[in-house]
Amino acid sequence: MPQLEMGDYAPQIFWLVVTFVALMLIMWSVGLPRIRRVIEARENKISEDLADAESAKGRAEAALKAYEEALAEARSKAHGVLAETQAKLSAEADALRAELDADLEARAAEAEERIQETRAQALASLRDVAGDVARAATERLVGTVPSEAAARSAVEASMGEGR
Amino acid sequence: MATTDNGAAGHNGDAHHGPLDQFAINRYVEIDLGGFDASFTNSALMMCVTVIIITLLTTVGMGRGRMVPGRVQSIVEMSYEMIARMLGDIVGGRGAQKFFPFVFSLFMFLLLGNVLGLIPYSFTFTSHIIVTLAFALVVFVGVTILAIVIHKHRFLTFFLPPGVPMWMAPLLVPIEVVSYMARPISLSVRLFANMMAGHSILHVFGAFVFVLSFAGVLPFAFIVALYGLELLVAVLQAYVFTILTCLYIRDAIELHH
Repeated sequence: MPQLEMGDYAPQIFWLVVTFVALMLIMWSVGLPRIRRVIEARENKISEDLADAESAKGRAEAALKAYEEALAEARSKAHGVLAETQAKLSAEADALRAELDADLEARAAEAEERIQETRAQALASLRDVAGDVARAATERLVGTVPSEAAARSAVEASMGEGR
Repeated sequence: MATTDNGAAGHNGDAHHGPLDQFAINRYVEIDLGGFDASFTNSALMMCVTVIIITLLTTVGMGRGRMVPGRVQSIVEMSYEMIARMLGDIVGGRGAQKFFPFVFSLFMFLLLGNVLGLIPYSFTFTSHIIVTLAFALVVFVGVTILAIVIHKHRFLTFFLPPGVPMWMAPLLVPIEVVSYMARPISLSVRLFANMMAGHSILHVFGAFVFVLSFAGVLPFAFIVALYGLELLVAVLQAYVFTILTCLYIRDAIELHH
């Protein structure tokens, strides 16, 4: 069994000590600090990026809040304008309606007046026509023509009765 | 001469190639430091390759340290974070990171040593008890010194758990001492035996492939499956060694758990 060759122990131990001490020195001075630097740099980068993301999120939230505030303000302003316009429009409409009412009333009164006038005229001409008819009828029936005044008074009398 | 894991050479002629010959130490360059044999061997070569690969991984492999890591960079960072988490979870916050260079080097060294050894014609230096025992003793002695420095004479209470009646002490203290002393042995034998057993079985079944000619497909399929298992064992044993080291460090710092 070669493992039990005592004569081979010395060179193995010698080179084990030499190589392992060399390895430890290299790791301690170069290798490990290098790896540690890289890992730390990555951790720093990650935490920095996380902080950046956090602040970006904060900014986005602030922007959203400002946007919502502006939106609410605009909405309330729009409501105001709408109510104002409605009030203005209804006032105008009221005014127009009132004007129209007055106009219509005036016209109705005028028309009434004309109707009365026409009626009076018609009544007046009716008397004339009735007198004429009465005279013509009398002439046919009696053969005499009554005077115009008589016919008129007779018509007046009968119309007065008829009323 | 380099030995092999796949067992091909075991059958091709050389009668001396048994399953254990793959663990033989071969001296490439004879070096003598005042009577101390410091020859450059196949074991030393693999240790150097391991150190070079780990160095390349953690320097060139990390590239310019990109934010989104590539494959190699991901592997290196995962190993780093795994060890850092292991130390943080087991040893606990304060002072734990002092041991980080050692624990990280230990894990990477054993992991690469185990995995590189699975490449045919390479050599697994962790399959030698002397290497794993050296690591285990460094951990054991280091942890014991650490405990004595932190707790002074109170370190001895480690062998008598609190709340145990005094009459139990003659029984408990020897048990605790023996289990403490067994730590480096279990730690080193576990790694060495796992590596050696796996490689030996691979070699034995590799020889069967050639002996059985056409029926050799069966042991070949077995080797493929076993190779996957050995890969798992290689990673797992490096992990186990490291996590036990962390546990021992925690015991030294907290004394009672």
